[in-house]
Amino acid sequence: MAVPLVYAVLSGFKSTDQLSRNPIGLPDPWVPSNYTDILGSGSFWQLVGSSTLIAVGTTVVVVAVSALAAFSFARFAFRGRELLFTLFTMGLMFPFAVAALPLFLLLRSIGLLDNPLGVILPQAAFGLPMTIVILRGFFREIPAELEEAATLDGCGPLGFFWRILLPMARPALGTVSVLAVVGSWNNFLLPLLVFNEPTWWTIPIGVQQFQGQYSAEYARVFAYLVLAMVPALAFYSVAERQLVGGLSAGATKG
Amino acid sequence: MTSTFLPDKRSGPDVEPAPPAVVAGRARARRRALHWLTAVGFQVPALVLFGTLVLLPMLFAVYAAFFRWGGFGMPENFVGGDNFTRLFKDPVFLGDLWRCLLLVGLSLLLQLPFALALAVALNQKIRGRAVYRMLFFAPYILSEAITGVLFSMIFAPDDGLADHVLGAVGLDGAGGQWFSDPSTVMATLFLVMTWKYFGFHMMLYLAGLQSIPAELTEAALIDGAGPWQRFRNVTLPLLAPTLRISVFLSVIGAVQLFDLVWVVTAGGPDHHSETMAVTMFQYGFKRYQVGYASAISVVMFGICLVFALAYQRFVLRRDLQGATTTMRGGGS
Repeated sequence: MAVPLVYAVLSGFKSTDQLSRNPIGLPDPWVPSNYTDILGSGSFWQLVGSSTLIAVGTTVVVVAVSALAAFSFARFAFRGRELLFTLFTMGLMFPFAVAALPLFLLLRSIGLLDNPLGVILPQAAFGLPMTIVILRGFFREIPAELEEAATLDGCGPLGFFWRILLPMARPALGTVSVLAVVGSWNNFLLPLLVFNEPTWWTIPIGVQQFQGQYSAEYARVFAYLVLAMVPALAFYSVAERQLVGGLSAGATKG
Repeated sequence: MTSTFLPDKRSGPDVEPAPPAVVAGRARARRRALHWLTAVGFQVPALVLFGTLVLLPMLFAVYAAFFRWGGFGMPENFVGGDNFTRLFKDPVFLGDLWRCLLLVGLSLLLQLPFALALAVALNQKIRGRAVYRMLFFAPYILSEAITGVLFSMIFAPDDGLADHVLGAVGLDGAGGQWFSDPSTVMATLFLVMTWKYFGFHMMLYLAGLQSIPAELTEAALIDGAGPWQRFRNVTLPLLAPTLRISVFLSVIGAVQLFDLVWVVTAGGPDHHSETMAVTMFQYGFKRYQVGYASAISVVMFGICLVFALAYQRFVLRRDLQGATTTMRGGGS
């Protein structure tokens, strides 16, 4: 499992010439310049910055909007609830590729191409079903007595939501945030469609472009790949528990 | 108890006051309306976002599928179902359907059993199991684009790691074109998909296995059941809900496969690794046949919808029974 990753890390420390003479063994000598060159160039950091901004933006929008909707699904009995909830859960099985084409036309007509919002808003919209389903499950578990107590103390629905429900649901909010970050970070098709200019390219787009540009310089591409993997793997090692918990909650409750 | 916000026109001085029961009824209706508005008010941002950026594009794709249209202005040249009849005569699209079935079949027969076996193995108390879990799951975190570029270099003819490894064990020439040979491209892609996705399924199974009470397997052990019997008669039935979800996700994933294929082969050589989503992308964004591409989108959506509904109706019904009954609960 780890062989491709180790191979990539080692290959990044070779020169391309060395890589073709000595493809499998350890680098001899170790050549750090592939890595340092990339880290020293502004374009790589631009990708990291752009990916980060888009991931954070998506997460804020999708979690805020979903929390409101999930609150209403979990704590209110109202006419049309089942219908609305079915509508959102149906979204779980809409493949993004189906909507890609008309979504692109829509974004073009409202001038959101080459604009980070053109990626953030659709990503948030497509993330709603999963986030709502997970949060609704958590919100239901908060006991009704707490709500009664809050109401007696003069809390309206919004006050209960903001002052009691959200602070109590912090672990659940963490889980859905991690899922949203990972989803946004790895998205390829949407940034590919929306960003024509390199200004807002994200890491997956940058990686593909870099390979196309330096297709002959294998060692360089390997170094680039490894550096592109680092943020995701670092994030994973920090957020592992939240992520795995979220995936199994999402899968079994979806 | 009357509301001060909504003056009641009928209760002026010259109208006979309504009996208390009616007043209470009206107040209740008003309260109920207010309650409904509050509840739905919380839904508004989600509905706006979902409606404009998910539902509207979906509906538009269905509409556009009936036109021969290049994607500029509003759709014109209504052609009825022509795009769909053309689709089902198009050898590339028929190939897409076949490749989709192939990937589903391979996933169900090879990838998921492999993931299950590893999950069962990692559920034992073995040394370093946390490390293994992390290692197997790590590929799932990497984007498909990064995975794709990595493996396109590993399977590069002659220079790649795969050919060198084969050469080193004396199988020179057993490697070869990998992604650029029509006869091996799908197998190689499947290998990459397995590397990337089996960890996700394994994690699902591990979560499922951990929810199985240890007493059950212990009881079976005391009754003299061997390891296979314990697995077959205790573990597997209790894991069934997890397995059904994993199969569902696997099939839906195969239908919409795009990123990996686009990065590695772009559908080549000569369409031999093309998927429905890649064909859609080609027609919609490269050849400006937006109407035809929309028809492909609609068929993809149809497949997902029919599969999801049938699966929910026949396979998931038992699992969802608990979930739907709790939905009738009171709320506030």
